[in-house]
Amino acid sequence: MAIELLGGRILAPYFGNSIYVWGSLITVFMLALSIGYLLGGRFSLRNPSLLRFGSLFLFSAAAVLPLLFFGNDFMDIVFEHIEDPRYGSLVASLVLFFLPTVALGMISPYAVRLLVEHRDQSGHVAGKLYFVSTIGSALGTLLTSFYLVLYFEVNQILVAIFAALILCGVVAAGAGRRTLIP
Amino acid sequence: MIRCCIAVLLLGLTGSLAAEVILHTEKSLYRNIEVFEDGDIRCLRFTVRRRESRQSCIDPDEPDRLVLPYTPVAFGGLLINPAPKRVLLVGLGGGTIANVFARLYPGISIDAVEIDPAVIEVARNYFNFAERAGTRVFAQDGRVYARRALRNGARYDYILVDAFDGDYIPEHLMTAEFLEECRQLLTNQGVLVANTFSSSRLYNSESATYESVFGDFLNLRRRFSNRVIVAAKNGLPSPGTLKSNIALVEANLARFDIDLEQILALDRGKDWRGKARVLTDQYAPANLLRGRNDD
Repeated sequence: MAIELLGGRILAPYFGNSIYVWGSLITVFMLALSIGYLLGGRFSLRNPSLLRFGSLFLFSAAAVLPLLFFGNDFMDIVFEHIEDPRYGSLVASLVLFFLPTVALGMISPYAVRLLVEHRDQSGHVAGKLYFVSTIGSALGTLLTSFYLVLYFEVNQILVAIFAALILCGVVAAGAGRRTLIP
Repeated sequence: MIRCCIAVLLLGLTGSLAAEVILHTEKSLYRNIEVFEDGDIRCLRFTVRRRESRQSCIDPDEPDRLVLPYTPVAFGGLLINPAPKRVLLVGLGGGTIANVFARLYPGISIDAVEIDPAVIEVARNYFNFAERAGTRVFAQDGRVYARRALRNGARYDYILVDAFDGDYIPEHLMTAEFLEECRQLLTNQGVLVANTFSSSRLYNSESATYESVFGDFLNLRRRFSNRVIVAAKNGLPSPGTLKSNIALVEANLARFDIDLEQILALDRGKDWRGKARVLTDQYAPANLLRGRNDD
């Protein structure tokens, strides 16, 4: 959600702040999340492990990098080729935000697989997971839109998100290693 | 006694309501639009909550009269370029300024960019906004238009940024990058005029942002009113040039009651705090800064 909010900021200099820019962003995020859920579930079928779980975070972090380094160059190209800002913002959102959001969407179903030990707990575990991830989204939204943008640049916040994802990935993978060794 | 007071109060209320006649209300994509008549003037306003959010006013019987106090100041750019041939208006409002430009300079070309199609319709239907041969109107975001115009090689002698309503600032129209795009859109004698805010922490940041792109600018302020920035592409001309520019257009402006001498006298110079943070595309919390007191 924090990335989605920043997305509005990132797109505005090229495609404006009109309602369709938010429409593009929300469409792409929803689409990417739904595909991420599907892929995350699939991915959890084969040898589920904390190591692989951690790799999802690292992959998400890597997917944020193009946004950081090539965001403006890419939007320049889109702006040059697509006159209509509706389709311009849609294409730009797709290329910049689709991949990181798919990767982030994969995390929740994979976590359900790791946490569920018995079938009769599965609803409870999934419920708790939705709770944590959705409340995290809510707090991320609030923090970013109320405070972070007042003190930091967009790219600084993205770097922080990148660092947090790397940290989660390393912690999960590290924990996975430790459980494997004995 | 109390009952009597209430009766008087009610009378007073209905009296003030009766003075205002609503001609048109509309919920557009971006805001609530209202056109009303109050005595002899007709105004466009965007929100009902705040009384002082009049965007544009005309006197239907006297089309030359500029009703809102900031409107003449929007012509302050004539101090720097007294004979603009191509004008870009970012934000149309009731179209009053476009009309005055067209009447002042027959044959002038005006491009007006307004994000809200409903505002364009209201300007046409209620404010005599007339699209003459040289006038073009684009229902677009100002930033997108400026970028596209720059790519297409368009140049303007006079750019007026008048896109902020009383409550909300489009943040991407107040960054150093946007101002740089505007600067590149200007001809060598070009001038940028912006109708902006005069209080809160935003005042310092906004001033610093304009200064970072244009250097010194005219900082036209009047008590209890907007601040108007007049910035030149190639730095401010000498006081002598300003004076001779006034002499060039003075006579022409008289019928609109635009007094450039008086407008120049509103210049407060550099009266903001020096170390405010410049607004950029990366850092643009204009609306949040606006809610903060200058401390």
